Amino acid sequence: MQRSILLAAAAACLTLAAAPAHAQDSTRGVRIGLTYQPGTKPGVVVLPIGGADGDSVQAILQRDLDYGDRVDVLRETNATASAGSGTINYGVWKTFGAAALVQVTLTQAGAHVAVHDVGARRIAQVRDFPLPAAPESEQWRLAVHGISDEVERWITGVRGIAQTRVLYVRGGRVYVIDSDGYGERAVSESGTALSPAWHPSGRYIAYSQFGTRGTSIVVRDLASGQSRTLATTPGGLNITPTFSPDGNSIVYAHGEENGTDLYVASAFGGGAARRITVGRGTDNVSPSFSPDGSRLAFTSGRAGHPEVYTADVDGSNVELLTPFNFGDQNYRSNPDWSPDGRLIAFQSQIDGSFQIMTITLRDRTVKQLTSEGVNEDASWAPDGRHLVFTSSRTGVKQLFVLDAESGRTRQLTHGAGSRLAAWSRVLDHAP
Amino acid sequence: MTGKTRLVPVVVLGLAALAACGKKPQPAPAPAPAPENADSIAREQARRDSIARAEEARRDSLARAQAEADKARAAREAAMKALTQVVYFEFDSDALTDEAKGTLDSKIPVLNANPDVKIRIAGHTDERGSDEYNLALGQRRAASAKRYLTQHGVADARIDVISYGEEHPAATGHDESAWSQNRRDEFEITAGGDNIQAPQ
Repeated sequence: MQRSILLAAAAACLTLAAAPAHAQDSTRGVRIGLTYQPGTKPGVVVLPIGGADGDSVQAILQRDLDYGDRVDVLRETNATASAGSGTINYGVWKTFGAAALVQVTLTQAGAHVAVHDVGARRIAQVRDFPLPAAPESEQWRLAVHGISDEVERWITGVRGIAQTRVLYVRGGRVYVIDSDGYGERAVSESGTALSPAWHPSGRYIAYSQFGTRGTSIVVRDLASGQSRTLATTPGGLNITPTFSPDGNSIVYAHGEENGTDLYVASAFGGGAARRITVGRGTDNVSPSFSPDGSRLAFTSGRAGHPEVYTADVDGSNVELLTPFNFGDQNYRSNPDWSPDGRLIAFQSQIDGSFQIMTITLRDRTVKQLTSEGVNEDASWAPDGRHLVFTSSRTGVKQLFVLDAESGRTRQLTHGAGSRLAAWSRVLDHAP
Repeated sequence: MTGKTRLVPVVVLGLAALAACGKKPQPAPAPAPAPENADSIAREQARRDSIARAEEARRDSLARAQAEADKARAAREAAMKALTQVVYFEFDSDALTDEAKGTLDSKIPVLNANPDVKIRIAGHTDERGSDEYNLALGQRRAASAKRYLTQHGVADARIDVISYGEEHPAATGHDESAWSQNRRDEFEITAGGDNIQAPQ
């Protein structure tokens, strides 16, 4: 994915085959950036950035663009560093395989960003991005990730997912971490928290919390740090919260002594919870909304073993999503509806170990995405292409990010026992 | 015949010796002003015998009380053990096995003998299965045991249920021997546990 370039070596290669990515000028549709040959990724160079925080910004941009899996980040060396200063020699960069150059100048107010179309030999996009005053702060990093995502949109036509965060649980506390694995911090007190979920605003989170009388749903404001316990159905089990796409309601599983069913309540209190599923003594948990908010996917044991079902948000029109044959005792659970609505990720036991699968809603085509270790609790990134999940492949539970299209996988967390991840939406207005 | 006749003097001698022994340990009394005679010696002996019998009776009584206390304590401990004995389940199941029912049966007389006792049943699962679904499964396991007890006459209000899913394993291994110990209901006394009475 990454190629080192040596100017001297590149010069020697001038007579060899043409660079893999042929950049062409195109202004068709929303793709205001570059086009390139199908099956290849455009080579992108982030030019060295001057100033005290320049190296840091360059490193974040490079990492973000790399993790987006849509461009090929070409790492420059000290040789190309000199090539980047002063007048830009498009011909040389084209020889390297660069389709785009990202040129950032840090100013008092933030970052002045220009993206060069190497093939067209011109600047394709220019924009000033404000940056918070405190470099390396959470907000500063989030703003730099926002630059990465906008640059990725300029180049590929699709916004990146760097300006997102992942919620998860480790050691009974809820943590949040930037999409690139930096900036980890705890956002709940010590206790036994499980199943964190994002409010679509990115400002609030919900999770379940053990108490002496059972589990309750906690809604926490990340901006103020204040939390509130939903007491619409006190006592017993209150687990696996998820917010509706419009942010107005919260769906969770509640159980006492006659099975566990899904309930819906106002996201910020007021009014009684309304029951959604009629499980008749079985377990119905782990809801996930369709992006339009009209349907829910969830795990149910109503057929005698856990399978994934979908239903309208009022509980009607229940359908078994994951196919099973008579006598099949497989265990399928933890659905997560993709942001484009086409797919649902879930986990299925293969030879006794959970693996991440996807199923298409149109024709129920199932695809297995993982095979190494135990892999579970997948959550989609807002691009509908990357997934974060829990994997035991290193011997302990850690979060990994998978590009479902290329199969490329990277480790997101390094604290043992990290699990139950939830990927945020784009946090361009987050606190 | 001859053996018997020979025994008699031996027995007599022995008795005399015993009588002498009986006297021997008594501390030499201070020189009594009263004249000693056979009658006063016999009265003194009777008095001492009476004291000895009383002391023996008291020792017996204490031993009996101790034995009864031990027995009662053992019964209370057995009752407590029966009340808190763990119930185990099969994979992904809340069905009570015959063994589980036997364990629950032994709790019923204890609960009946201690009407002030309240318990909390905590359902647990093994590490396989979904972390989230396992919370619901643990809840069903706790409810399953509660339902059995209430169907056998224990008041509903005396039993709380809670689930910990796979969060608090009893055994930490990653094989069936650990998993089988973790698929369980635990029983905690939440009220009236200070003076558990054994069932009569």
